Parts: sequence; structure tokens; C-alpha cells
Amino acid sequence: MNNLIIRNIIRFIGLVLLQVLVFNNIEVFSFITPFIYILFILLLPFNTPRWIILISGFLLGLCIDIFSNSGGIHTAATVLIAYLSPWAQNVVSTKSDNEAGTQPGIQNSGFKWFFLYALILTTAHHVCLFYLEIFRFTDFFETLKHALYNVVFTMVFIIISQYLFFNRKSE
Amino acid sequence: MRPLLQFLFKYYNFFLFLLLEFFAFLIIYQNSYYQQSSILSAANAISGGIYGFSSGITDYIGLTSINKTLADENAHLLSLQKSSFIKTNNKVFVVNDTLYQQQYTYFSAKVISNTSNRANNYLTLNKGLKHGIKKNMGVISSQGIIGIVKDVSDNFCSVTSLLHSKTKISAKIKKNDNVGTIIWKGDDYRVVTLKDVPAHVKISVGDTIISSGYSMMFPEGILIGSIYSYEINKGKDFYEIRVKLFNDFNNISYVYVINNLMKDELNELEKRSQNE
Repeated sequence: MNNLIIRNIIRFIGLVLLQVLVFNNIEVFSFITPFIYILFILLLPFNTPRWIILISGFLLGLCIDIFSNSGGIHTAATVLIAYLSPWAQNVVSTKSDNEAGTQPGIQNSGFKWFFLYALILTTAHHVCLFYLEIFRFTDFFETLKHALYNVVFTMVFIIISQYLFFNRKSE
Repeated sequence: MRPLLQFLFKYYNFFLFLLLEFFAFLIIYQNSYYQQSSILSAANAISGGIYGFSSGITDYIGLTSINKTLADENAHLLSLQKSSFIKTNNKVFVVNDTLYQQQYTYFSAKVISNTSNRANNYLTLNKGLKHGIKKNMGVISSQGIIGIVKDVSDNFCSVTSLLHSKTKISAKIKKNDNVGTIIWKGDDYRVVTLKDVPAHVKISVGDTIISSGYSMMFPEGILIGSIYSYEINKGKDFYEIRVKLFNDFNNISYVYVINNLMKDELNELEKRSQNE
């Protein structure tokens, strides 16, 4: 249990640094930046108390906001997916074979399950983030297009990271 | 009271969610006032320190191009020096230094973090209060206007980029001195829009746009860009001019912060005349 907490804290710090030092500098077509830090929320173990997910989501978004000078938009979007994540787990899984304590991932839950789960939350996060950043509905479809392009790139990095770091049968 | 508490307890997750979202929106609201100081900016000590460390590593990659721009600028300055002019007539004249009083001084600073792909972009510089930087100073590079200082901490400052939805900078067309306002529409980081130039003015593609000197932040004649295309909006008497920036906002490493020595005097004068 302690091990799990320490591992998640390290992951939190690692993902924040990776996001602000590496991924914030990536610009494809001048508007796409993969936001891989939400991986932290995606990988929290099943049946984590919801208040822990919410608070950690808040802190995670706040850290990203401090570094990217973006006010509170990352905070708002991350709290939203922190709230949605247990719901997304229930919607996607047909059978409740995800035991408490293990973390979601391709190895544990299968590619299709994880892909859908990540896709729902990433889309929610990006759409919320992009509309908050623009803060108007005049370019409604343009913003939506940008958000969805960005989802594709974030998803690619999330799936790659799954194969890079969790390819062993998890312990 | 009891049913209320029971109700709150039953749905405490939802209320926690609402509370946290409330805080998030509070921060967004706080931050959205233009140039209002905020605690949550990249100018604070922790994030500034980390950015400084990371730019210390990545700096080596850009050294060649930085050297080139510096050398170009030096050459340009050298050509403006008194010693590089030849005296062509021998009429006696006196250089009276008291005629000129210095109005602007410049600090050089290094960019340690920069974005150009968001709807509201900011830069962080490695100079702060300790070095004499204050809020609302203008920031330029050798190729043109960069932005305005938004927040200052002891060692760092964060700058609202020209590429920000709320930036407005007074500019003029160099050849006929017609004044307009520069804004950024958020689409392309290489192009800004010049508004409020009356439609009777003759302009053509390629004309240079410079700062007007009407603001207290920038002296007159700082480069901005050149006209790329223009049109007149239906039913309006003003041009909508697209200006291609001289600066490559994706690649800025060294900048100058402008200190207007007469800013207080000007401020006071304007305040006095507004009060009447």
C-alpha cells in the first residue's frame, strides 16, 4: 500500500516535469501540444476513494497552470475528468472484473478497454480545456477541431507510454 | 439541519467536485484581468528556478543562431556610430549635449520559457525586481516588439506576449504616419492584425509597420512587421490589415526590456488633465 502511494507521488512529479519541460515545447501545426500529464488520473488504481482522485486532480492541474501561466484552465479541466473517471470506468467495463488496488492499463484490462476509457477522459479534458482557453463560442467548430486533433496526439503518446513502461506483466 | 447534513454527506463527492471547480474558475477569473498580478504565474521562485535550470541546458542548441543575430545587431549599431560617419562639410557646429536628455534605457534579458501556440501566450525572462524590472515595461528584441511585462518577482518576470488575446499596441504605418491598433486574433503566430486605419489612407503590400510612440512602453519607431494583405470591412470605414511579424515568436532567446525614465512624469500629467 505504501509502495503504491510512493509510486504515485513519483509519477505525479515526473509527469508534471515531463509535461512542462518537454511536451509544452512540442508544437505541431502551431496549435497541438500533447497533454500527457492526465495519464496520472488515468492510472490511479481502481476503487481509489473519489475525494483522493478529486484533490489530486486539483493539485495536478494547479501545478501545470503555475508553469504554463494559464490561469486555472488546466485545473478546471483536470478536476472535471477526475470526477468523471470512476464513471468512465463503469461505462466502459461490461464485467466488473477490475479488482481494487490494481491500476488501469493495457496489461491489466486489455487494449480495447483501456483505449476507450482513455479516449473518453482525454476528449472530455481537451474539449473543456480548449473552450476555457478561448472563452468564447464564436469559433465553435474551429475550437472543437483543434481540441479533437489534440486528442489524437495525446492518445498516441498515452498508448506509446503504456507499451514503453508497463510491458511486463504487472507485479 | 439533520436532513441537510445527511444530504450533504450522501453526495459529498459531488459537492467536493463543485467546490474544486469553483476554486478553479476563481483562479481563471482572477487571472483574466489584463496585467493584474497573480500568484500563480511562471514568475514565481519555484517554477522560475526550474525553467532557468532547463534553459541552461537547452541554450547550447541555439548558440549559433543567437550569435548570428547578435553579430548582425552589433554591425547595425556600429554603422550608426559617430565614428562611422564622414564629415562632408566644414561648417562649424556645436554638439550641445544638454539638448538631449535620455528618455529610454534598456536592460538585456534572456527568455527562459516561451509559448506561441496557445490562445494567450506568455514569456518568462531571467531578470526581475533585483535588476530593476517593473510592471508594464515594454519588451522588444532586435527584430521588433515582443510584449509587456505582466508580473515581476525577485529574479524573474513574466511577459504578456504580443500573441495574447488582450494585447493592444499602438502602431503606425511608417511611410505616412497613420496610426492604428495592433491586435492578435489567435490564429497564426506569424501574423497580427492592424485595426483602426481609416480607409482613405493609401497603403500597399510590403509597407513597414512600426510602433507609434503614443504609449509609454515603447519608443517611436520600433519595428513590428510588414503589410501582408488588407481589406476594407463592409459598411466600415476602416482597413483590416494583416501584418506579417518580423519576429519569429517560435524562436526568441535574448530580448531587451525598455525603461521609460519619464514615465512617472507623463503619468502624472495625464492623470492631472483627466481629472479636470
